[in-house]
Amino acid sequence: MSIQRTTTIKAFQATLRRDLLIAYKRKNDVINPFMFFLIVATLFPIGISPDPDRLSEIATGVLWISTLLASLLAMDNLYRADYEDGSLEQLLLIPHPLYFMVMAKNVAHWLISGLPVVLVSPLIAYMLNLPAESFGTLFITLLLGTPVLSLLGSIGVALTVGLGSRGLILAVITLPMSVPVLIAGTLAVQQTLNGASLAGYVAIMGAMLLASISLAPLASAAALRISVN
Amino acid sequence: MWLWFSKLGSPKWFYELSGKWLPWLVGPMAFLLVVGIVLALLFVPPDYQQGNTIRIMYIHVPFASISLAFFPLMALAGTITLVWRMKLADIVAKTAAPLGAWFTALALASGSIWGSDIWGTWWIWDGRLTSMLLQLFLLIGVISLRSALEDAEAAAKACAVLSIVGCINVVVIKYSVDWWNTLHQPSSPFSVSNEAPNPPEVWVPLVIMIFAVYLFFAVSLILSIRNEILVSERRSEWVQQLVQGS
Repeated sequence: MSIQRTTTIKAFQATLRRDLLIAYKRKNDVINPFMFFLIVATLFPIGISPDPDRLSEIATGVLWISTLLASLLAMDNLYRADYEDGSLEQLLLIPHPLYFMVMAKNVAHWLISGLPVVLVSPLIAYMLNLPAESFGTLFITLLLGTPVLSLLGSIGVALTVGLGSRGLILAVITLPMSVPVLIAGTLAVQQTLNGASLAGYVAIMGAMLLASISLAPLASAAALRISVN
Repeated sequence: MWLWFSKLGSPKWFYELSGKWLPWLVGPMAFLLVVGIVLALLFVPPDYQQGNTIRIMYIHVPFASISLAFFPLMALAGTITLVWRMKLADIVAKTAAPLGAWFTALALASGSIWGSDIWGTWWIWDGRLTSMLLQLFLLIGVISLRSALEDAEAAAKACAVLSIVGCINVVVIKYSVDWWNTLHQPSSPFSVSNEAPNPPEVWVPLVIMIFAVYLFFAVSLILSIRNEILVSERRSEWVQQLVQGS
């Protein structure tokens, strides 16, 4: 029997396609974090004030924090189901660098949970009365920032995947690590409102994204090997 | 060289050696602490702006500076755990995390008391305060991950990975938070000349206190490592003999 050899790129594509297909079949896992984002963003005007002026001050923070929480909620889907049905073990046995397999799962996760939030953010920003000139900045920073959240969160999930449903540890581990993204994202929007250039902030967020693309999957891979053994 | 290295990994060897070190660390620590505190509380002239409140500095600065060492220490111990699977390195990491949380909390508390008089508020969202608070949260994350994982070996490796990630993250947080909002004063230069803003009678007690607190850190780390060694090796023969002998 001849052993069919696949390239790493093909294995990457297969993992990505599989995760997207699973998400397509289990639509609840996709819709729930998105609805969570919408509902949390709605709670702020109700809880704080419906006054348009006050809302426009807090809009950026509300959007970023809702995004952060929605990304945290969606994190659980990343490895848990695979861990429970044993397919995570199979993934670790694939004779290709685990880095790329983790990356494929992270990309799929971002496409499912991060991208919809980014796409709907201008609408929520409008409802929160954020000045229109900063919509572009908000969109760009969310586009750069949400993959970082997925990549960082992936480390936390990989470390805690064997723990069953004790999801609160995940929040304690992941949320403090997301602070730099939150800071850069909110400052960039404020900077645009002050009329200044946002090149510096975009560069910093790009640097964070590149650093986490190159390092975070390595940590996730190491953590997965520890958790599955 | 390698023999020495593998010996270092043996908990029994460390227990015996650290037993010999301890008196040499505790003695200077007690001496420096007494001298430093007496100088700081009784002999340092009141600051021209801050008055007697300046004496809090002699507690706050040493604790704040040593608490920055915990994540690098845990990351180093974690790397050794992952690469060489040295038992002792994991015991160091395991004991350093709660100790680090205490030191960070003390730095925050003493700073808060100082700030209540100087800044007129117990808390402010300033760069250094926020980054210390986040460091405390990250340390608590490491501690809770360790206590959640039941398998000791998996917990050791998982905490090692988290400590390394956390160490990088603490640096990024530090810079981003400083850049976000800073009110805290930068560290002041020390000088020997009497005309300088910080004359020797102000900074000498501070240096003494810094050394005293560093020794206190070493002593408390070694004591908790020894304790942890006894707990983890409780089934081995030498621990049983030690316990029965005493």
